[in-house]
Amino acid sequence: MLESLELTVNGDRHALDAPVGRSLAEVLRDDLGLTGTKIACYEGHCGACTVLLDGVPALSCITLVHAVGGRGVTTIEGLREHPLVDAFVREDALQCGFCTPGQIVSASALLAANPRPTREEIGHAMAGNLCRCGAYRNIEAAIASVGGGR
Amino acid sequence: MARLIKTEKEVEGHYTETWVVVEEDVLEQWPAGPRAVVGQPAPRIDGHERARGEARYTADLALPGMLHTAVLRSPYARARVRRIDASRALTAPGVRAVLLPEGADLPPQHAPEAIASEPGAIGAALAERARVAPLTSEPGYEGHAVAAVAAETQAQAQAALRLLAVDWEPLEPLLDADDAVRRKSLVSEPRVNERGDLERGLAEADVVVEAVYRTQNVLHNSLETHQAICHWHGDGELDVYISTQFVWGVRDAVAERFGLERDKVRVVCEYMGGGFGSKNGPGEYTLIAAELARRTGRPVRCALDRRDESRAAGNRNATIQRLVAGARADGTLTALGGEFVNAVGWDGLSASTAGPMQLLYACDNVRTVEYGARLNTPPNAAFRAPGFVEGTFGLECLIDELAAKLDLDPLEVRRRNYATTDPVNERDYSAKGLERCYQLAERHWARRDDVRARSDGAWKRGVGLASQIWFGAGGPPSYAWLRLNAEGHATVITAMQDIGTGTRTAVAQIAAEELGFPLARVSVALGDSARGPFASISAGSSTTPSMGPAVRAAAADVKRQLLEIAAQRYAVDISTLTVEDGRIVAGGSRSWPVEEITGLLGDGQLLGKGARGPNPTGMRVLTFGVQVAEVAVDVGTGEVVVERVAAIHDVGRIVNPLGARSQVEGGIVQAIGYALSEARLLDPASGTVLTKTLDAYKLPTIADVPEIVTEFVDEPDPHLTNLGSKGLGEPPIIPTAAAIANAIRDATGADVRSLPVTREEMLRALREARERERDRLGAPAA
Repeated sequence: MLESLELTVNGDRHALDAPVGRSLAEVLRDDLGLTGTKIACYEGHCGACTVLLDGVPALSCITLVHAVGGRGVTTIEGLREHPLVDAFVREDALQCGFCTPGQIVSASALLAANPRPTREEIGHAMAGNLCRCGAYRNIEAAIASVGGGR
Repeated sequence: MARLIKTEKEVEGHYTETWVVVEEDVLEQWPAGPRAVVGQPAPRIDGHERARGEARYTADLALPGMLHTAVLRSPYARARVRRIDASRALTAPGVRAVLLPEGADLPPQHAPEAIASEPGAIGAALAERARVAPLTSEPGYEGHAVAAVAAETQAQAQAALRLLAVDWEPLEPLLDADDAVRRKSLVSEPRVNERGDLERGLAEADVVVEAVYRTQNVLHNSLETHQAICHWHGDGELDVYISTQFVWGVRDAVAERFGLERDKVRVVCEYMGGGFGSKNGPGEYTLIAAELARRTGRPVRCALDRRDESRAAGNRNATIQRLVAGARADGTLTALGGEFVNAVGWDGLSASTAGPMQLLYACDNVRTVEYGARLNTPPNAAFRAPGFVEGTFGLECLIDELAAKLDLDPLEVRRRNYATTDPVNERDYSAKGLERCYQLAERHWARRDDVRARSDGAWKRGVGLASQIWFGAGGPPSYAWLRLNAEGHATVITAMQDIGTGTRTAVAQIAAEELGFPLARVSVALGDSARGPFASISAGSSTTPSMGPAVRAAAADVKRQLLEIAAQRYAVDISTLTVEDGRIVAGGSRSWPVEEITGLLGDGQLLGKGARGPNPTGMRVLTFGVQVAEVAVDVGTGEVVVERVAAIHDVGRIVNPLGARSQVEGGIVQAIGYALSEARLLDPASGTVLTKTLDAYKLPTIADVPEIVTEFVDEPDPHLTNLGSKGLGEPPIIPTAAAIANAIRDATGADVRSLPVTREEMLRALREARERERDRLGAPAA
């Protein structure tokens, strides 16, 4: 059953029809072509699909698109100019890169709420974003460098 | 000049001697040490692409008209499919084809003539037995592929799967590895390796230690799941877009399976989201997609979901290692012996778990026996130094238990048994920097008094170390092309893959160094078997040592042409010309920007080609290292925290110190998961996987990562290629678990012998240590 909805993504408004039960991640990737948002587990365990809803991190793979409502969606495509992108590259905070967009989205929310996070605060905020390549130390360094923590 | 020679090709410890056509490796190695580009830390040249979410992984691709696949996997560890009725699935919305296994009874309406005469609903739908795709009616593990459905959407394919009526006959599974060995359920013949006389060596020993070590199954859990899109077109040509570690291996395997000429199959993988050894071949998903695509005439995607990934994408197998070591009072080893049981699962290779025991130490009397148990559990797959990660845990814990019993310094025991030639075949090492690693480790090892002194209440602290030995020579054939355009920009072209290790950046650095260009003037086009020459597998720590020398040779070919033109243009002797930082320099006095010469090309290009030369004949090319771990153990709760790991490795010349450090850190993080938290758990009665989600399976997070100090010997191997570099992907994961276990012993006196070291295992080991201490003091056991 298709239900119409309006979705604001990275400042652009989209009117679309989607079946009830469709996830935000599917709409972003398959309907809007925003494949920067990755799906790695599809059950809310890994953080790869993290987007912002009105600035708050959300797991788009377990967020129903019809439940987004009027909240603005920010994906990695909306954060391409964020200083975290350069910091992640500079600090080599990525290897295969599949988790990286989700890491950067989560980190951007952390820095917005807490511009100078401590090591512990970074660990707490980022523990939901798994990186199987194990780039964690450099992820921490990248976030700390943008946060002025070092 | 091309030559026909015999050379050794090594991947993950398996040497094969073959005829190969190689080009001579005529270039002199660069002197040791950092150079203008090689040896300088370089951020990844594709870093922004990946970080901004612009990189297109296989998971991000969609071809026009593409169908989606759902695979019916056995819910039983062992079963027989008596009958499958696909009638309802065939008429479900969106379904375009159903593949069924050989062996099971099919109802009469599935006969080909019945399908052909079926009106309306089925239309082009096909329910045929799989001829090429690996489907089975006698599944041997939970997750074994039985049937497959292709439909317009993933949801439709999954809905149709539930409409397949399957008559299962569950059978009793074989789950215990020792039991399998007793019953001779083996994937291959037992492997016996022997030198000297083990019994004699044990008789000569002043001290003998025996211990049983157990390691667990762990899952690769690459974040991009295993997947492929297959598309037939033209005259029987097949395009395969796949997340893979070996573009060319997929090409060959798919071509063979479908009876095609190899270049009728084109394999594409520009970006991939992790493999760690599990993506070396096409996998059933690719063959299923290719067959469904052939039957439907449409592009077909087949992707594992996370839960499939946990049961059908391979794993590092569990092991049981029954080990013995004998030594003289001064620590000289007189005997090493081991019986190794690899719980391989339904299928797979029985990796060389005994390899470290055979290779690491000079010991005259060594005997190892390895069994590969065939079980009704998911098949293993290579996982970052398969065998050696498991075997190093056993061996390097054993050496420390021996040192403890001899009351000798564990580092001293290792030095006392240092091998100066290969102990198996007495070959010279092409280079061996392990002693240099030990020297560099001394300052970390010297911290142990301070670390122990920081023990506080229930938290006991200690330091442990372990050595690493592994392969990593790479080898021919591997090729690269290089093209230089009028703007003075170079592009390396080769059909290799960068699986996240940073090989794309490393080969760009090598090309830039040879050309005398800044790194920004070099791009790399890779990952397409139709648009580049043959390139190495990204496994066995072989990509950089295989590709790097070929890329350098291609760059040298172009540089020679560039200088030939420059010599004519400026009327100077070519022997006085070099290129530095993008400028042509004559005898150190005059210089011109490279574009002055390349600008003469117009639409022309300078084209170079390079090939990987042979490995040194009759030499052992190996990688070495040592890691020193510091841990804290709460002896009340059994909690173990790794606080610091120092890693020192000898892998020849380091091309990119930044990327190399990342490889080491990543290996150590995976190893900490292996040591402390990760385990694929099975239901002991049914043999089904209990840890199918990333919630149940405990991967390390950012909060679990200790301080990591990385150091390299960074001396080019003088006998290995024009580059002197070995591979680094696998070495760092090898010694960590043993170093952690040895640090735990240092902190607490307890011998942990079973991975992962859960609180339960830690408390068991502490209890055992207390009882041993009571016995030693003669007090009655409580």
